[in-house]
Amino acid sequence: MRRELLKFLFFAVLILAAPLVFSGGYLMNVLVFVGINTMLAVALNLLLGYAGQISLGHAGFFGIGAYLSGILTATYGWNAWLAMPLAALVVGTLAGLIGFPILKLKGHYLAMATLGLGIIIYIVFNETVDLTGGPSGLSGIPNLSIGSLVFDNDFKNYYLIWTFGLAVVLFCVNLAGSRVGRALRAVNDSEVAARVMGVNARILKVQVFALSAVISSLAGSLYAHTMTFVSPASFGFNFSVELLTMVVIGGLGSVYGSFLGAALLTLLPELLRGAQDYDIIIYGGLLMSMVMFMPGGLVRGLPELFRRVARRREGAGNA
Amino acid sequence: MLRLKNINTYYGKVHALKNVSLHLGEGEIVTLIGANGAGKTTILNTISGVTPAGSGEVLFRKEPVTALTSDKIVKYGISQVPEGRQVFKPLSVEDNLELGAYLRYRSREDRAVIRRDMTQVFALFPRLEERRRQLAGTMSGGEQQMLAIGRALMANPRLLLLDEPSMGLAPMVVQEIFRVLERLRRENGVTILLVEQNAKAALKLADRGYVLETGKIILEGPSAELLENAEVKRAYLGKDKKEIWER
Repeated sequence: MRRELLKFLFFAVLILAAPLVFSGGYLMNVLVFVGINTMLAVALNLLLGYAGQISLGHAGFFGIGAYLSGILTATYGWNAWLAMPLAALVVGTLAGLIGFPILKLKGHYLAMATLGLGIIIYIVFNETVDLTGGPSGLSGIPNLSIGSLVFDNDFKNYYLIWTFGLAVVLFCVNLAGSRVGRALRAVNDSEVAARVMGVNARILKVQVFALSAVISSLAGSLYAHTMTFVSPASFGFNFSVELLTMVVIGGLGSVYGSFLGAALLTLLPELLRGAQDYDIIIYGGLLMSMVMFMPGGLVRGLPELFRRVARRREGAGNA
Repeated sequence: MLRLKNINTYYGKVHALKNVSLHLGEGEIVTLIGANGAGKTTILNTISGVTPAGSGEVLFRKEPVTALTSDKIVKYGISQVPEGRQVFKPLSVEDNLELGAYLRYRSREDRAVIRRDMTQVFALFPRLEERRRQLAGTMSGGEQQMLAIGRALMANPRLLLLDEPSMGLAPMVVQEIFRVLERLRRENGVTILLVEQNAKAALKLADRGYVLETGKIILEGPSAELLENAEVKRAYLGKDKKEIWER
């Protein structure tokens, strides 16, 4: 456990010091998104990497969090700090209620059910024009503020988002190492065996689904208040798949892996901007080679790669 | 201690257990033998709540536990070692054992008790202690079986349900495991229901036995009697078996 704490402290220092190096400019803005995506990827990883339950609808929960926060503050003038937990509560309840019937499904069927869920939510965003502004989006969402401190630029937002991001990471690292984390991995490996050990697999799956949705909703609220504008396009099926890719590329069942995956997939499109229309090809090729050559994700694949390179060097030195 | 009364269990339309009744006394070792598909595993799964009975009654220490979910049943003190071991492969030996005690974490004191229980499991299976940090999936079949039994013991059961612990293991290892079962009964007073295909070894260990065929109990009695029974000998012990050309 001590080792986990050190790992986290190292990670936290790295994150908090990053603006000293990258301060100002466009990159800062991208790093804010890395924070939001990390929260989302970590949340999905709890479900997919630990409990072994797929969701292709997580962009939906992200979206509900964003829209609820946005509507409550922009349209109804609520305090953002009140809107955020309420949105999380609503999303958690919703996910719990939906989770009960759909988490009975396994594998492809669960994928289809969550896919359907995501699409329904997306359609609701588009069609309830009076509430959400429809396809043209909802604007005028206020920034978060504490007293006279308003989080209105990338630098401030970076620290705001990453305060939450680090809290989520710490929480998930703790959860993963706890009795509940063990039970999740047990359910993932063999549900029958987990059940005869006294793990109520059905309830546990619903709980982790709801927890994952709550974290996604929180990320959504933060997204809405940093962007001050939301539109359905950000919460569609594509984004659900992108989240899934982050988790898999980073490494299933690794919290820090999810950060790596989120960072890579958020930075990559920016780096490939110069390649213009070819970026999508590079992107796809990278995905394919990742799955083929690093199935354990970056978090396991990179150390392995270093070891192999080091060994080869040693071999060359001897020869 | 455990009593099954007229249990009927179904998988969809398949009638897997037909009016099964059996009982176990406190501290007894009882074995269930029968061919593949006879319903041995289904009986265990019905007791542990994994596949609940369609009708009939399961009484544990005179209390009905028929309709309870599997986690409640574990709380009652019934613990199952599932078929094919089913240890949690990506988890370490220690984590597997801790999962066995999943329902027992309530306070700090519990942790100490659980630690103590773990040392007891290590005393039974010293090999597990040597490998406590190893991933369960990387161990041999025999070691995994030991872990599966140790994991079930971590729930502190009064009744242990074992599903074919000898499956795919070397005779030496089977002997070692059966010796531990004997010791558990003697020293801890654990009652054991043992499902086996290895009828000879099981009947030698057990006090009594039931013979199951296509979902029905066709024979029951003390092990010594079953070992001498002509039908059991022919069907399950391989004695007096005649090849077709010898008939």
